[in-house]
Amino acid sequence: MNATPPVPASLAGIASRPGQPANALEAPVKIDVNALNFYYGPKRALDGISIQIRSNLVTAFIGPSGCGKSTFLRTLNRMNDIIPMTRVEGKVLIDGESIYGAGVDVVQLRRKVGMVFQKSNPFPKSIFENVAYGLRINGLVKSKAEMADRVEESLRQAAIWDEAKDRLHDSALALSGGQQQRLCIARALAIRPEILLMDEPASALDPIATQRIEELIYELKKLYTIVIVTHNMQQAARVSDFTAFFWLGRIIEFDRTDRIFAAPAEKLTEDYVTGRCG
Amino acid sequence: MTTRTLEWIIERVLFLCAALSVLTTTGIIAVLAFETYEFLREVPVLDFLTGTEWTPLFSNQKFGVLPLVVGTMLVSSIAMVVALPMGLLSAIYLSEYSPSGFRRIVKPVLEILAGVPTVVYGYFALTFVTPLLQAVFPTLSGFNALSPGLVMGLMILPLVSSLSEDAMRAVPQGLREGSYALGATRMQTALKVVVPAAFSGITAAFILAVSRAIGETMIVAIAAGQQPRLTGNPFVPIETMTAYIVQVSLGDTPQGTIEYRTIFAVGMLLFVMTFSLNLISTWLRERFREEYA
Repeated sequence: MNATPPVPASLAGIASRPGQPANALEAPVKIDVNALNFYYGPKRALDGISIQIRSNLVTAFIGPSGCGKSTFLRTLNRMNDIIPMTRVEGKVLIDGESIYGAGVDVVQLRRKVGMVFQKSNPFPKSIFENVAYGLRINGLVKSKAEMADRVEESLRQAAIWDEAKDRLHDSALALSGGQQQRLCIARALAIRPEILLMDEPASALDPIATQRIEELIYELKKLYTIVIVTHNMQQAARVSDFTAFFWLGRIIEFDRTDRIFAAPAEKLTEDYVTGRCG
Repeated sequence: MTTRTLEWIIERVLFLCAALSVLTTTGIIAVLAFETYEFLREVPVLDFLTGTEWTPLFSNQKFGVLPLVVGTMLVSSIAMVVALPMGLLSAIYLSEYSPSGFRRIVKPVLEILAGVPTVVYGYFALTFVTPLLQAVFPTLSGFNALSPGLVMGLMILPLVSSLSEDAMRAVPQGLREGSYALGATRMQTALKVVVPAAFSGITAAFILAVSRAIGETMIVAIAAGQQPRLTGNPFVPIETMTAYIVQVSLGDTPQGTIEYRTIFAVGMLLFVMTFSLNLISTWLRERFREEYA
């Protein structure tokens, strides 16, 4: 007898469907969001978001501009804290612990939840120093040799080591756009986060650079839980395991990616993914 | 009048406006150079630059400019000790910490401080700060380098803070977010990302402030004294290069005499010093330029 674990409400639809791979719900829940509201001043930007994001899988957020997907992504590492006049209601649990609870150390949280931004934002420092920055400020390495090892490891993980190894001490700003974005990924990986948030990481890149980022995401999910916001539906279909469709600050549908694109349950989702609206 | 003629006239008028400022600058440098040349025909350049006594207005004339240079340096250094750290810290506060409403009020107020006539600062130093300091240091002379130095630092503070803040605010928000996302605190982000990224602008602000301090005239003319003296002691009367020029210009020194020409020689030296600072500033900016995408 298989004791089936209780199916969370946000995924209730998935489990009941035929053809569901047996392991789809076996991955443990990494991020558990319950009834999250978010406000910019008086304006509500997120309305009752509930979602469970599973470990070592790629979860994509799609939806039209202004639908709240980036805002939601930024609530997961409390990046919105630095924007004045914003307010959060509801619960966000990571590994079962509330990240908005009293006494939560935002610095610790952000070490665990790394982020890559839409516009690549390398620091105006050398390639090496960009990757070393997070290690330094968090005091994560003890020796120069260890620092060099961690920098190399991160650059390798982000698939930029071969291009960067001979110019580690050149300015990061001399890299191409795609290389800069992979450097930013390396920088985020250096402090060994558990979750990687990616906010349209390839939207400013050409198709070849985009493809490299996508291949990288595929590699990285072995080690990290990845949440990616994207405008590009083909990208969501290619890289993600689960997809959430956002519309006007709500999640309309959250399901396995193949189902979202092949057989969405909601009319709105179907209209969006087929390009009829949005 | 055809459009073409009008364009021709406009172009010439604009050229004249541009030429006027260039001509003025050239004229000033030419006069400075000519009078300095005349001066140096009578006083050997080495005596002028390395002499340790400056007494052109006394019967026993000595033309060693070092006491004036050292006096200028002393007051400027005191001013910089006040203005640079405080200016940078207040810029960091305004740019990285303060709520925007606070900044909107404080920045204009700081800029008003920069608009106060320097003669007011001079009397503020002489009649308020000096007596106050004398209560702490009884040996302090009525004229000294300390009081005008401190007041000058206060005067330059808004310049440093305002220009540094502009440079820091120009750093893209994305760099700050990148830093915060790696678990940096505000202070780490400010000191290790924002300040280095704004380095060229901050350096420019600092050098401009030093130039301003060296060229500042009224405060030192009023509160520092008129005793050219080769000393690093901030408690005694000194004279700066600018204050000396004021002293001679206000007096009845006849034109064409060697005493009269000293002010051009000192002026030339002042010009060379500030000009070199600007060159250093440009060089620093080129060397440490950290552009952001």
